[in-house]
Amino acid sequence: MTEIEFVLNGKNVTIDVDPTKRLLDVLREDFGLTGVKEGCGEGECGACSVLVNHEIVSSCLMPVGNAMGKDIVTIDGFSKTERYRVIHGAYEDEGAVQCGFCIPGMVIATESLLNKNPDPTEDEIKDALSGNLCRCTGYNMIVSAVLRAAERGKGLW
Amino acid sequence: MMKYVNYERPSIDGKGLMMGKPGYTDDLAEQNSLIVKVLRSPHAFARIKSIDKSKAEALEGVELVLTHEDFKRIPVTRAGQGYPEPSPHDKFVLDNYVRHVGDEVAAVAARDKETAEKALELLVVDYEVLEPVLDFEKAYENEVIIHDEPEIHEMFPIGFEPKKNVAASYLMHIGDVEKSLKECDTVTETTFYTQAQAHVMMEPHTVNARIDYQGRLVLYSSTQTPFHTRRIVAQALEYPMSKIRVIKPRVGGGFGGKQCVHGEMLVSAVTLRTGKPSKMVYTRQEVFESTFSRHPMRFDIKLGAMKDGTLKAIDVEVLSDTGAYGEHALTVFMVAGSKVFPLYNKVDSVRFGGKVVYTNRTPAGAFRGYGAIQGNYALESAVDILCDKLKVDPVEFRQKNMIREGETSPIFEIMGEGTEGIAMTMETCKLDYCVKRGMELIDWKNKYPRKDMGNGKVRGVGMAIAMQGSGIPYIDMGSALIKLNDDGFFNLLVGATDIGQGSDTILAQIAAESLRVHPDEIVVYSSDSDLTPFDVGAYASSTTYVSGNAVKRAADRMKQMIIEEGALALKVPVEGTDFDGMTISHGDKSISLKDLSNRLYYNEDQKQLVAVDSYVGTKSPPPFMAGFAEVEVDTETGHVELIDYAAVVDCGTTISPNLAKGQVEGGLVQGIGMTLYEDVVYSKTGKMITNSMMTYRIPTRKEIRSLKVEFADSYETSGPYGAKSVGEIGIDSPPAAITNAIFNAVGVRIKSLPVTGEKILTGIQKSRQKGEKQ
Repeated sequence: MTEIEFVLNGKNVTIDVDPTKRLLDVLREDFGLTGVKEGCGEGECGACSVLVNHEIVSSCLMPVGNAMGKDIVTIDGFSKTERYRVIHGAYEDEGAVQCGFCIPGMVIATESLLNKNPDPTEDEIKDALSGNLCRCTGYNMIVSAVLRAAERGKGLW
Repeated sequence: MMKYVNYERPSIDGKGLMMGKPGYTDDLAEQNSLIVKVLRSPHAFARIKSIDKSKAEALEGVELVLTHEDFKRIPVTRAGQGYPEPSPHDKFVLDNYVRHVGDEVAAVAARDKETAEKALELLVVDYEVLEPVLDFEKAYENEVIIHDEPEIHEMFPIGFEPKKNVAASYLMHIGDVEKSLKECDTVTETTFYTQAQAHVMMEPHTVNARIDYQGRLVLYSSTQTPFHTRRIVAQALEYPMSKIRVIKPRVGGGFGGKQCVHGEMLVSAVTLRTGKPSKMVYTRQEVFESTFSRHPMRFDIKLGAMKDGTLKAIDVEVLSDTGAYGEHALTVFMVAGSKVFPLYNKVDSVRFGGKVVYTNRTPAGAFRGYGAIQGNYALESAVDILCDKLKVDPVEFRQKNMIREGETSPIFEIMGEGTEGIAMTMETCKLDYCVKRGMELIDWKNKYPRKDMGNGKVRGVGMAIAMQGSGIPYIDMGSALIKLNDDGFFNLLVGATDIGQGSDTILAQIAAESLRVHPDEIVVYSSDSDLTPFDVGAYASSTTYVSGNAVKRAADRMKQMIIEEGALALKVPVEGTDFDGMTISHGDKSISLKDLSNRLYYNEDQKQLVAVDSYVGTKSPPPFMAGFAEVEVDTETGHVELIDYAAVVDCGTTISPNLAKGQVEGGLVQGIGMTLYEDVVYSKTGKMITNSMMTYRIPTRKEIRSLKVEFADSYETSGPYGAKSVGEIGIDSPPAAITNAIFNAVGVRIKSLPVTGEKILTGIQKSRQKGEKQ
């Protein structure tokens, strides 16, 4: 057991934990953050995506020890922001949500993209979200949602 | 004029799910649940001589270890289907035989994951490894018998012959097919193969159990069939159904993969024996190896036609591979005929038959399309082969021979799902429009058959027509209960199972349309075996049509009750009293719904208004579609790119156009995946190689260039507000449309899925060699 200190959704937290425990499990089990989903456990599907120092990371591949001193944002924290409000509205208006299991990760990937590139092309969106799999949709609606979010959120990113 | 049907509205659960609110099964597990892990077979076929569980049981933190010796031998089927099931009862909770790599050997319940996994390693199993049957073409009457247990049985005749490795068999014919083939000017005969496909829903199979304060077993399950799950768990564990409650929370996708029982039996056994809550979340490897995939099939198909392009005879023999257990064996097989061959209803004769055999592979089960995608690929490819031979335009051939509005096919009466079917006439069939509009969307006139791009790449277009159904007539039942509350809003309780397709949303819209109230005034609660009325579940494209009709009936009843109570309150006759969604009025007298509700619950003539109704289809109106593909083939590498896919669908009224489009687009991408990318591959010893998302490739955003989906203007009067179902139809056309496009581009006929560069390149080289010789 090791004491790990990091910033989680804007708050300083400390946890006494096995440092090899997956960040995903720590977030879900120790902090009750159910927005982080496990789809594959091997970094392929993106359902467990979180932001670590503003970079998108699959939390199933990250031992919590690596979180020491970092700034971690999950959908549970991001959903309180104005940027989320814009992304959320765009996803909803485009009908991009079906079963919803991939969506928290998809929203995190959208934030990660727009944070770096506030005005992405369709190809850039396809590229940026290619690490987040969805089996319900034809992806069209999700790409449209990101385009719409970028347009509506001008100045936010 | 419809107000809330054919109306855009975000899905009612989308907002909370997007924010990550706890909604799915594992989000709702008890904090201190025992973790259940399963020891899985490393062998494709073996007898368990002994299991020593003493070391595992002695490990600190282990609560319970279960092996086949801990269960009474009760054969069940895990298929979530109507009762009696058309699938053989050939599965035990745990057995002393393992029949595929990943089959269950033993289960461990421990305080945490690490302890459970460690305990699995401490189990000592002595196997007698047996020779497996891995090739489904060698399974029939093989000397190796996969199911030799005396207890297994069929519930009614399905052609079950386990001693011959046959899970089910079937044969039907209309007319004299041999005779009509002889009379035809042209006959084609082709063999096609379809592969196993994995569902890859994003949420793995997940279940948890607890004993509630009344001592009842409560399961939260990520399932498509909560009521069937309750029944099967009760059967398997000989536990009273009245003491089981199954709750289906939000589900992260199913596609047929959750039309079954998987972890439910073991988790229930653990919680019943320990009294403690327990849970099981399948690893992705378990989802691949130890749940179900799509039935691989071989089709030997003969088509006979006259010179003028009249199709006369269809003769099909099918061999289907159900893997280690026979879930959905017969019904998937029958749908490969019953929801495919009525497309060409003017033929003189049809013969359709064959076998579903056991092999030592991961079992096959329900998967969107349910046989129709396999049959459609074989038929619609064979039709293009025939057209090429006849030198007839494939679109004109279809327009001449395909089913049309007002027509029927004798197949509907002969073939149902596991039983006989129901005769029906196509009240709505806009195939003609779908084909014409699809041609425009893909620019068929300018692009057919091919265009040489001049850089070693050739583009081609191809098409296919398809159909599905809307529930299983006289079997699939849905029901709904609507309750008026004080303040004038409603609860809608339905057994219908929202697994992400948005059924809660569209069922609320249907109720809102009948009651003329805004959908926000209708609070939906679905799929809880204690609280909601019965529904068979989310399968067979039944929810919009069957459950939707039940909701409409219940809502119409509620409207009548409101009118009657309003008339009583206003002291006027019922006749001439009306309710517009806000106010009950008669001439110049009126009372608001809110005031009436408060009167009913607090002041006068007190009573609870509840309307309940149910619906079972008397027919299964098929949704139809035409699919058009444009591909680009690199003649140097054989690489194929899908440039564009246009789909035009007749599903009657779209209750929610956005959700319907989402169903079609999602289905198309799964069909495209099956055609171009996806394949469940096994090693020579029967170990699945493609058992992770890294090795099993589903399309990502990058592979999907352009999808165009449109709907035909169509109104099915037997459906709720004109709707037919739309869950499966989208998946059916891509295999044939894409492979027909490849043929039109480079002259290579793909006879086994998936398409690979190697198959195309080999085909191109063969035709070049042929050309050189000539």
